[in-house]
Amino acid sequence: MSDLGGYDARLDALASTEKVHNLSFTGKLWSWRYIVLRRFTQLGILLLFYGTAHWAWQWPEKTPLLSGNLSASEFIGLIPLADPLAALQIFLAGHVLRQETLIGVAIVFGFYLLVSGRTFCAWMCPVNMVTDLAGWLRGKLDIRALFHVHRNVRYFILAATLILSALTGVAAFEWVSPVGMMHREIIFGIGFGFLALLAIFLFDLLILKNGWCGHLCPLGAFWSLVGKAGLVRVRFDKTSCTHCGECAKVCPEPQVLNLKKLEERGLVFSGECSNCGRCTALCPEGSLAFDLRPLIRQHNARAAGSTGH
Amino acid sequence: MAEHDVARRDFLVKAAQGTAMAATGGLLWVYLLKQEARAHPFALRPPGALAEKDFNAACIKCGQCVVGCPYHTLKLSGSGSDLPIGMPFFEPREIPCYLCPDIPCMKACPTGALSPELKNINDSRMGLAVIDLENCLSWKGLRCEICHRECPLKGKAITLETHPRGISKHAMFYPIVNSEYCTGCGICEKACPTTEAAIRILPHKLVQGKIGDHYRLGWTFDTEITQDFKPSDVIGPGEGKTLAPGKAPGQDYLNSGDL
Amino acid sequence: MGLTRRDFLKTSIAASTAATVGMPLAKQAEAAVKGAEAGWQWDKSVCRFCGTGCGIMVATKGGKIVATKGDPDAPVNRGLNCVKGYFNGKIRYGADRLTQPLLRMTDGKFDKKGKFQPVSWEKAIDIMEEKMRWAMKEKGPTGISIFGSGQYTIHEGYTAAKLMKAGFRSNNLDPNARHCMASAVVGFMQTFGIDEPQGNYDDIEHTDTAVLWGANMAEMHPILWSRITNRRLTHKPMKVVNLSVYGNMSSDIADLEIIFSPSGDLAIQNYIASEIVKRDAINHDFVKKHTQFATGPYDIGYGFRPKNAEKFHTAAEMEIVKNEKVRVLDKWEAIGQRRKEGEAVEQKNAATPMKDWAISFEDFKAALEPYTLDYTAEVAKGDPDEPMDKFKAKLQQLADYYCDKNRKIVSYWTMGFNQHQRGTWVNEQAYMNHLLTGRQCQPGNGAFSLTGQPSACGTAREVGTFAHRLPADMVVMNPKHRAIAEKIWKLPAGTINPQMGSHFVKIMRDLEDGQILFSWTQVNNPWQNTANVNHWIKAAREMNNFIVVADAYPGVSAKVADLILPAAMINEKWGAYGNAERRTQVWRQQVLPPGEARADIWMMLELSKRFKLKDVWGAQKIPGLEAGLPDVLPAAQAMGYTPESTLYEVLFATPENKKFKWPDNAVAKGHGNHVADLLKDGWFPEKAMFEEYRQFGTGHAHDLAPFDIYHHDKVRGLRWPVVLKGDKWVETQWRNNEAYDPYVKKGSGFDFYGNNGQALVMGDLDKPGDPAKKVDISGKAKIYFRPYASPVEKPDANYDLWLCTGRVLEHWHSGTMTRRVPELHRAVPAAVCWISQKDADAKGLKRNDLVWVESRRGKVKVRLETGGRNRVPRGMVYVPWFDEGVLINKVTLDSTCPLSKETDYKKCAVKVYKA
Repeated sequence: MSDLGGYDARLDALASTEKVHNLSFTGKLWSWRYIVLRRFTQLGILLLFYGTAHWAWQWPEKTPLLSGNLSASEFIGLIPLADPLAALQIFLAGHVLRQETLIGVAIVFGFYLLVSGRTFCAWMCPVNMVTDLAGWLRGKLDIRALFHVHRNVRYFILAATLILSALTGVAAFEWVSPVGMMHREIIFGIGFGFLALLAIFLFDLLILKNGWCGHLCPLGAFWSLVGKAGLVRVRFDKTSCTHCGECAKVCPEPQVLNLKKLEERGLVFSGECSNCGRCTALCPEGSLAFDLRPLIRQHNARAAGSTGH
Repeated sequence: MAEHDVARRDFLVKAAQGTAMAATGGLLWVYLLKQEARAHPFALRPPGALAEKDFNAACIKCGQCVVGCPYHTLKLSGSGSDLPIGMPFFEPREIPCYLCPDIPCMKACPTGALSPELKNINDSRMGLAVIDLENCLSWKGLRCEICHRECPLKGKAITLETHPRGISKHAMFYPIVNSEYCTGCGICEKACPTTEAAIRILPHKLVQGKIGDHYRLGWTFDTEITQDFKPSDVIGPGEGKTLAPGKAPGQDYLNSGDL
Repeated sequence: MGLTRRDFLKTSIAASTAATVGMPLAKQAEAAVKGAEAGWQWDKSVCRFCGTGCGIMVATKGGKIVATKGDPDAPVNRGLNCVKGYFNGKIRYGADRLTQPLLRMTDGKFDKKGKFQPVSWEKAIDIMEEKMRWAMKEKGPTGISIFGSGQYTIHEGYTAAKLMKAGFRSNNLDPNARHCMASAVVGFMQTFGIDEPQGNYDDIEHTDTAVLWGANMAEMHPILWSRITNRRLTHKPMKVVNLSVYGNMSSDIADLEIIFSPSGDLAIQNYIASEIVKRDAINHDFVKKHTQFATGPYDIGYGFRPKNAEKFHTAAEMEIVKNEKVRVLDKWEAIGQRRKEGEAVEQKNAATPMKDWAISFEDFKAALEPYTLDYTAEVAKGDPDEPMDKFKAKLQQLADYYCDKNRKIVSYWTMGFNQHQRGTWVNEQAYMNHLLTGRQCQPGNGAFSLTGQPSACGTAREVGTFAHRLPADMVVMNPKHRAIAEKIWKLPAGTINPQMGSHFVKIMRDLEDGQILFSWTQVNNPWQNTANVNHWIKAAREMNNFIVVADAYPGVSAKVADLILPAAMINEKWGAYGNAERRTQVWRQQVLPPGEARADIWMMLELSKRFKLKDVWGAQKIPGLEAGLPDVLPAAQAMGYTPESTLYEVLFATPENKKFKWPDNAVAKGHGNHVADLLKDGWFPEKAMFEEYRQFGTGHAHDLAPFDIYHHDKVRGLRWPVVLKGDKWVETQWRNNEAYDPYVKKGSGFDFYGNNGQALVMGDLDKPGDPAKKVDISGKAKIYFRPYASPVEKPDANYDLWLCTGRVLEHWHSGTMTRRVPELHRAVPAAVCWISQKDADAKGLKRNDLVWVESRRGKVKVRLETGGRNRVPRGMVYVPWFDEGVLINKVTLDSTCPLSKETDYKKCAVKVYKA
C-alpha cells in the first residue's frame, strides 16, 4: 500500500461516516427497521403469553393459544417448547426430563441452530429491551466505562450455572435469572422482578456498557456457543467496505466485527453476534447484510470476481 | 530470566484473583439458592407435586399449570415473596383446589414436577387439614361442622365424632381429619366460618409425626404366635465378639471419676 | 460401578415419586409396614417395667427384637401400653450394654483399687468362688449375701432362694422389693395370715369409688389408670379420690383431692374408722363372724441401725437417729396415743415391733375417740395455704364415701403407704376400714395394694426371696415351715438356717460394719436405690469386702462393684413374672444375649458347681444363734448324697429335675434356651425349677398351674390359686370369698383361712393380758387399731422443707434401661426438684435454677421446677430418683418401718439453696 492509497482509504471512510450522519428522516426510519421488527416479536410473544394467561386466548377452541413462558410453553396445545439451558440445569439438578420437555427442547434448539443462537437475545428476550434502552441512553449521555470486564466472563458463569445445578440440586440460573423473572412476572402479574431489571438497567447505563447481555448473561453465553453453527448470518463484503467503523459503534458486541476476521471469513463468524441487524441497517455501503451461510460464500466469490480481485 | 519471573508472578496473581472472585461469586450464588430453596415451607403445591426437594429440582417455572387451572387456584410465586421463586402454589383461604377429576394442572406440566403418576385426584396429597381445636366452633359445641359437610370426601377425610357435652344436655359434634383420605384441597379452609380459619391446610411434614418402627398397635394388626420359631444363629453365647482389653462397653464410665 | 448416574437418577426419582404421589400416605405406610414385616416371628411376652403386668407381643427377626405391641388378648391391658411399654423393643440395644465380665485389676490380678478390665467367665467365677470361700471362712454363712429383686424371673428368684437357703444355709438374701412392698406384705400377713391382694384389677370395672392413698396411678400405673378413668367416665356413681402429700396427675380426674401432711394418713384412717363407728356404718354381721380386733405396741422405734449407731453416724445424723432409743412425743402424737405431750418414751419394742394381741370392740372404740374431725384436720392438713374448713369438708366427704353402705369402694395404695415409717400400720388401717364395713374380697370392694415391680408378687413374695421367707408364704423362723421346705428340697433336717437373715438395709449396714464380706447384686441397683447411700458407697469401696454386680448396663452399683457380670435381659432368657393381681405370666427366649452376657440363673448354676456339700453342710457358726447350724453331712450321706456332691447336683440338676428334658419342643416351639445349651446337661432348668417350686403352693391356696399351661397359646397368665377342675386349670378372681375361692369353707361366706390355727392373747389397748387367755382367730381377719405417729425427722429452722421422692412415668426405677432408650432420655433427660412457687419466691429462687438439696446426710445438685406435672404444697419438695446424676438417695433418710423394714423415702427434712 502506498501512502496515497492509505490517504484515499481514509477519505472513503470519512465519506461513509458523512453518509451515516446525514441520513434523511425516511432513511433514518429505514435504518431502524430491525429494531422495530425486534420489538414487535419481543412484545408480540409476550402478548401471546399474557393473553393466554390472562384473557384465556384460545386456538383452536378450548386450547390455550400459547401457554407458559419462555422457560417452557405449549403452542396451540400441540407444540411443546422448552428452554434447553433450563432443561439442562434441571437434568443436572437430578431430575429426569419427560419426553414432552425433550421434544420442546429439540424444537427450540433446532430453531436457534438454524437462525443462530443469539437471535434469541435480540428478538425474543425481554431483557434485551431494557439493556438496549440503557445502551442507547448511555451513548447519548456519553458515560465512560467505570472498569473493564472481559466478555468471556459469561462463559465462566455458564459453567458455574451447570456445576452449581448439579451441586445444589436446583436449576442454578433459573432460580436467580432476571430473564425468567421479568417474563414470568409480566405474564402472571406477580412479584418484584422489575427491581432486578432496574438493577440491570442501571448497571448497563452507569457501570458497564452492555454489561448484562454482553458480559454476564449465561443464557446469552449458551446461545453464543450454539450460534457458532447458525444458518442466518451477517455477510461481509470487503470490496465495498470503507472501514468507516460506524458498524462497530452501534454494535453491542463490537468484537464480532473484527475487520481482520471479517475479511478472512467474509461473514460475522462469532456466535456472539445476536443478529440484531443494527449494522446491516446502518452500513452506508451495503457491505453488511443478512444472508444464509451457504449463500454467503457464493455471494462473496461473485463480488470478488466482479471487482477483479 | 528476571522478566520471565515477573510474568510468571503476574500470571499467578491473576489466576489467584480470578479464582478468588469465582469462589466468592459462587458462594454468594449458592447462598442465594439455598435461601430460596429453604424459603418457608408452608407452600401448598398443586396436585401430584413431587416431594419438596424433587419438586424444587424439577419445576421449570413455566406457569403452564397456572394457565391450565380453571379456577385460578394456582399462582406462581414472584421474586421478593417468601416462597421459592417462580413455582406454583395455592392459598386455600383465597381459592382452594376444587379437585378437577381430569387434573388439568398436572397434565399441563411439561417436566413431571406434577407427576403423571397421579391417576385419581382423590389420591393427591397437597397438604393436610389441621383443626385449631380452641377456635373451632364445633369443638366449642356450636352446630357448625361446615368443613365436614363441604369436604369433597365427607365422611372419609373429615368425620364427625359425637360426645356428650357434660355441662349441658347436648351433644358435641367434633370434626376429625383423617390423613388417610385428606387431599389437602383446602375447601374446608375456604369454607370455615370463623374470622380466621380454624381449619387450615399445612404441608404434611409440618404436622405429621411417625410412630417408631419398633412398635405395632396391638388392636389393628392380626398376629398369631409363630409356631415353628426359627432362632437366629447370627450370634451365640461365647461367640460374641470379645473386645480388646480396655474396650468393653461401659468400661470408660465404670473406670471414671467418683460418685 | 454397576450403577450409572443415569440409572441412579432414574431409580431415585422413581422412588421419590412413588413415595409422594399416586398413593394415599396411609396405604404407603401400610405397604411399607407389610414389606418390613416379612419374616417377623411373633410370640407373647410381658412388659419389662411396672407391677401392672401388661401383656405384649414381641417380634423377632435375624436374632433381634424388631418390634413389640400391646397384646390385644391380654386381659390386663387389652392391647394398650404406656410410653415405657412402647419402648420394650428398644431397651436391650443401648450402646453401653455390658457384654463381658469386668474385674477390678492391677497388673492382671484382682485389686480392690484397680480398674475394670474384661475377664473370662471362667476367671470371673473363679474369683467369686475364692471370695465366697474367704467370706464364709471368716464369718460363716452370714458373711455372704445376695441383693435380689422384684424383677427376678420366678425361676431365678427360686434358684437364688434355694442356693442361699438350702445350699449356703444363709438367709442373707433380700430383694429390692423390700424397698417397695414389704409393708404391704407384713400388713397382709398380720391381718390375713396370707400374702397378696384378695381382689384383682376387675374390681375397677365393678366399683363405685377408687380411693388412692399415696398412689399416683396416673404416672406409676398408667394402664390401670386408663381403666379407672374409663370407669369414671362411663359409670355415673363412680368417684375418684386422690390422697397424697402433693398434687399430682392422678388429681386430674379426681372428684376429691386431699393433700395431707406426711404421716397424716395414719390420722385420717382413724378418723374414717371413728366415723364408721359413730355413724354405725359397721357391717356387724361380717365383723362378728370374720374378724377379731387387735392392736400392738407403739414404742417400736424407727428402723435405724440398732447397734453402733454412734460409731457410724455423724453428729448431725444422730440428732434424728437418737429417736431409735427414746422418743419425745409431740402434741398430736401424744393425743393420738393417749399420752402426754413432751413425754420421753423409751422405744422398748424396737426389737419386737410385730407383737400383737386381741382387744375388745369397746377398747377399739375408745382408741378411736381422739380422732375427731378437728384433731385430724389439724394433724393431717398438708397444704398450709388451704383453708381449714375446706380441708375438713373434704375429710367429711371422704368419710361419707366410706360410710355409705350402698357404695362399693376400693382403696389403692403403693409407695405412699409402703415407704412409710409406720408402713405396716397404715396398710393395716386400710384393711380396718374395709373389714369394719364388710367390704373386702368382693367384686368392686376391697383394699388393694398395688405393686411397683413386674414380679414383686410373683417372685419376691411368692417365691420368698426375703431374708425371713421360704416359698409360699412360709418363714425360716418357723420349724414346721423349715421341715416342709427341707422335705420338698430333699435336705437333711436342720439344714435351713432358722435365724432371719439380714434385710436389704441391714445387708448394707452389715457391709458397713464388716459383718458381710461378700455381696452379689442381681437385677437391681442397690447403690442407687438405698436411702442414705453415701454410707453404702463408702462401705463398698473402702471396706475389705467383695462386691459382685450382675447387670445389663453399667449403673451406680456396677461402678462401686469389684466384679461386674453381664446379665441377659428379658426375652433373652426364659422367664415368668407375677403381677399385682396374682397373675403369673410367662415368656420364652426370643433372642440370644449379646456378647458374653448370660442369664442370672446360669451364673448361679455355674457357681453352684464350685461348692461341695462338705464346704457348706458341716457345722456352721451363726452370730446370735448359740448352737450354730448343725453338721448335716452324716444325714446327707444317709440320704444318698456324698460330701463330694456339688450343690449343682444336690439342689438343681437332681434326678427329678433332669426329667425335664431340653430340648422340649412341645413348649419351646423352636425357641432356644442359652442356659440349657451352655449347661449341656440335657435338662430344662427353668421348667424344672418352676415345677419344683409349684410343689410348695399346691394344696395350700397358692396353687400354680403346670409350666406348660402358662405357655399355651391361648393363656394370658392365670391368677393363683389355679386349681384343676375336671380337665381345666381354673384361676381364682376373689380369694377368701366363697363364691370364687375353692379354699373357702362351704357355707361360711367368707373365710380368712390364712389365720387357721392361730390364736391371740387377749389384752387391753396398752398391753397383752394373761398369756393363757387366748382367742382363736381361725378363719378370721384382724382389725388392728394403730395410732398416729409423727415422722421421726420433721422440718425445722435449718432443714425447713419436706423431701418426698418417687418416680416419673417415663423412667423405670434407676433408669438403667429407660435412659438407654434415646427417645425416653430425650423426653426426660434429668431429674428436677419440684418446689412450690411461694417457697421459691421466698428463697429468691426461680425455675431452672441449679440448687443444692441438702439434708443432715448429704446433698445433691438439681434444677428447680415450679410447674409441670407435680404441684407440691408450700413446705415440700419432690425429687424423682431415676437419675444417677441426681443421686437423691444421698439425701434421703434410712429410717424404715420397724415391722416391715421398708425404708421411708417419702419424708425427711432438707434445705434448698442456690448452687
